Amino acid sequence: MIRFLAVFFILVASPLKAAVEIQEVTSPGGFRAWLVEEHSIPFAAIEIRFKGGASLDDPDTRGAIHLMTGLLEEGAADKDARAFAQARDDLATSIGFDIYDDSLSISLKFLSENRHESVALLRDALNAPRFDPSAVERVRSQVLSILRSDAEDPNEIASATFDELAFGTHPYGSSLEGTLASVEALTRDDLIDAKNRILAQDRVFVGASGDITPEELASVMDMLFSDLPLTGAAMPSRVEVGLKGGVTVVDYDTPQSVALFGHSGIKQEDPEFFAAFLLNTILGASGFEARLMTELREKRGLTYGIYSYLAPKDYAELYVGQFSTSNDRMAEAIEVARAEWTRMSEEGVTEAELARAKTYLTGAYPLRFDGNGPIANIMVGMQMQGLPIDYIPTRNDRVTAVTLEEVNDLASRLLRPEDLHFVVVGRPEGLASSN
Amino acid sequence: MRATLSTLVSLIAGMAAALQASAAEVTTFSLDNELEVVVLEDHRAPVVVHMLWYKAGAADEPIGKSGISHFLEHLMFKGTDEMDVGEFSATVGANGGTDNAFTSQDYTAYFQRVAADRLELMMTMEADRMQDLAFTDLDMRTERDVVLEERKQRTDSAPGALFREQLQSAQYLNHPYGVPIIGWRHEIVDLETEDAFDFYKRHYAPNNAVLIVAGDVTPEEVRSFAEATYGKIPANPDIGPRVRPSEPPQLSERRLVMADPRVAQPYVTRTYLAPERNAGDQREAAALTLLASLLGGDSATSFLGRKLQFESSKAVYTSAFYSGRSLDDTTFGLAIVPSSGVSLEEAEAALDEAVAAFMKSEIDLDQLNRIKRQIRASEIYARDDVGSLARTYGAALTSGLTVQDVQDWPNILQSVSPEEIKAAAARVFDRSNAVTGWLTGATEEVSQ
Repeated sequence: MIRFLAVFFILVASPLKAAVEIQEVTSPGGFRAWLVEEHSIPFAAIEIRFKGGASLDDPDTRGAIHLMTGLLEEGAADKDARAFAQARDDLATSIGFDIYDDSLSISLKFLSENRHESVALLRDALNAPRFDPSAVERVRSQVLSILRSDAEDPNEIASATFDELAFGTHPYGSSLEGTLASVEALTRDDLIDAKNRILAQDRVFVGASGDITPEELASVMDMLFSDLPLTGAAMPSRVEVGLKGGVTVVDYDTPQSVALFGHSGIKQEDPEFFAAFLLNTILGASGFEARLMTELREKRGLTYGIYSYLAPKDYAELYVGQFSTSNDRMAEAIEVARAEWTRMSEEGVTEAELARAKTYLTGAYPLRFDGNGPIANIMVGMQMQGLPIDYIPTRNDRVTAVTLEEVNDLASRLLRPEDLHFVVVGRPEGLASSN
Repeated sequence: MRATLSTLVSLIAGMAAALQASAAEVTTFSLDNELEVVVLEDHRAPVVVHMLWYKAGAADEPIGKSGISHFLEHLMFKGTDEMDVGEFSATVGANGGTDNAFTSQDYTAYFQRVAADRLELMMTMEADRMQDLAFTDLDMRTERDVVLEERKQRTDSAPGALFREQLQSAQYLNHPYGVPIIGWRHEIVDLETEDAFDFYKRHYAPNNAVLIVAGDVTPEEVRSFAEATYGKIPANPDIGPRVRPSEPPQLSERRLVMADPRVAQPYVTRTYLAPERNAGDQREAAALTLLASLLGGDSATSFLGRKLQFESSKAVYTSAFYSGRSLDDTTFGLAIVPSSGVSLEEAEAALDEAVAAFMKSEIDLDQLNRIKRQIRASEIYARDDVGSLARTYGAALTSGLTVQDVQDWPNILQSVSPEEIKAAAARVFDRSNAVTGWLTGATEEVSQ
């Protein structure tokens, strides 16, 4: 077990250090977790991730993992959906399931006095979900309802169009919820197969925080995971971002167009990632007086908000941005956004901007560690990224160490205005698809 | 699935917030200029949330100036005598913090989340913009465009939001809650600098505000910083009681049908005018809060969920919603999203039958106790998120409640009897107070 204690400073001139004491816990069954013990409030939060997410779908049954995830809380072992919900509510336990492209996530929160019963409930959900026909039909009809709504939602249309252009037939290229046809065709066997593809021992990550000891956490993990299959489906393969510079307009009758734009990005483990992170903070991060927001919103009133972000997924990297604006101003807004992309690519950032971004990022980092839920979430995220357990107290130094030369050297390689592809959903005036 | 679907319908559930209780170390005091101060201590992390709440919201706007309270909230970031445009947020950011603001019918609030040792700087800046707001007409016009884009993004592009606006407007015959917080578009376009300053001068003063500081601070520190900053601003003697037009007796149910081709999933919703939480008088609101949870909380255990999603599968989603935190009369709502092939007419009839069945049957005591246990647990979970607790206090104290009311609320919820819930239900389900709305994608469905 590795222990360390981050030294704790409060200096007016320098930002706070994030200070949490992380323990690595290994269970008798061989499962590992990172734990921050904090006994002042009698509850604990545990964050669990199964790597691979909905991208592990069998291509013939797209949407199966999503539907399966929605059914994990709809009855398990000797409890049907109602009995399961009653048992959970009797304990005042919260169990949240969510599914993403690269992971299936479970957020468990329980009162200390109900730890054992709460974990037993989750164990049943993971190991013995019932997939009762009535529950399957009920949740299936909810998913179909969502799919029909998504088909009329400009933001969803923009994402779907963009993803397909960027990733084609790779799982990233289609909605993880599946299509009306694929979801309608899913069988109970498909759901069992979906569960076995993702809920396996070889891809599980755990972060925990709160009123729980390492020994207790170890027994929680053994209880939850020991009976799962050892391995699941093969991980997806990498995919090249297939976007080319240009514009795709999707006609939709709405007073305000939605724009989603971007090109390929940078890997999280790239040595230049922090330089990229600083560049993007200055260009388009939210919560910061970023250039895109200043130019489009503050100076021109073109939009309520414009943001850009690095999106390093497990098997591809994007650099994207988004905003909405009136149909008659979309062409101008795109021109301004592209001009800012170009200006930063060609001229880089100033010393003052970089200093401001560093202060912002280093100051904001310790504020993230504010509660058992957020801390457990950070613990599990760090493990999935492959970060070392002693990363937290070094993170701000890594941000501070980036030089102006490094940032500006990267700028022209990372920001490529000629490669930007804009997907616009709406009726933008004077704007047409370019290819 | 439930979370995603409730976003789809986008109804105001407010359950977690309504049930949330208080449990942190709470200290209250007032400055000589009548600024109310609440300190919530949590020393686990060196962080504070600093919030300044004004007892002025959209329902306090002059007639014909809808949206001015929210527009002013935007303009408060445009500078003061001492600070340049955008300098406020830039300074917060340069100190590693985040800041934002929000406007409701009853309040406008500004907040920052920063390292605990930057608290005094936040107070200095917030106190500065309480009295010395300054911006140019050009900045005002640009920001007005931003607000118009915000309205387009949040309301005009979302048929569900437009529908809610129509329902809310039909719900109130005379009270200003019928006017949307962001404002009607045709009035926003005409808002001017002078309108913003009129509202600012009338409402923004220490004796019309509540300061909430939560996190790693002591009440002594807060008092000393507050006296050195906010304490320098004189009270405004013209601030009086908040009196708004009230509702006449509502004699007739209103029914709305809205068709929008962008709607893929039609639904029915009904709201009833309902009493809100009042200082020293929260039992009726507590009964309605529990009623909403019993009827339409978790779909697997609530009455509507069982009847309409499990037993009959008429609906893909049902809900009952109520938030008692409001200065004046609020609403109790019901909603049903029908399953494919079920018309809105059938859905509404099924909803009515289910509510009638609830009124005829005994309240399920196991379920009521389950809900009460969750409320008790929420007091423990709430201690983990002092920022959210700060919001609970701020909203309550600007909606006519006191610190004592906030602290009494969990015990009142525990003490409400099944008979009280039934009686409150019988009073609130009065169709002459109700607005029933059908939102549909195609007009054909309406004529069924």
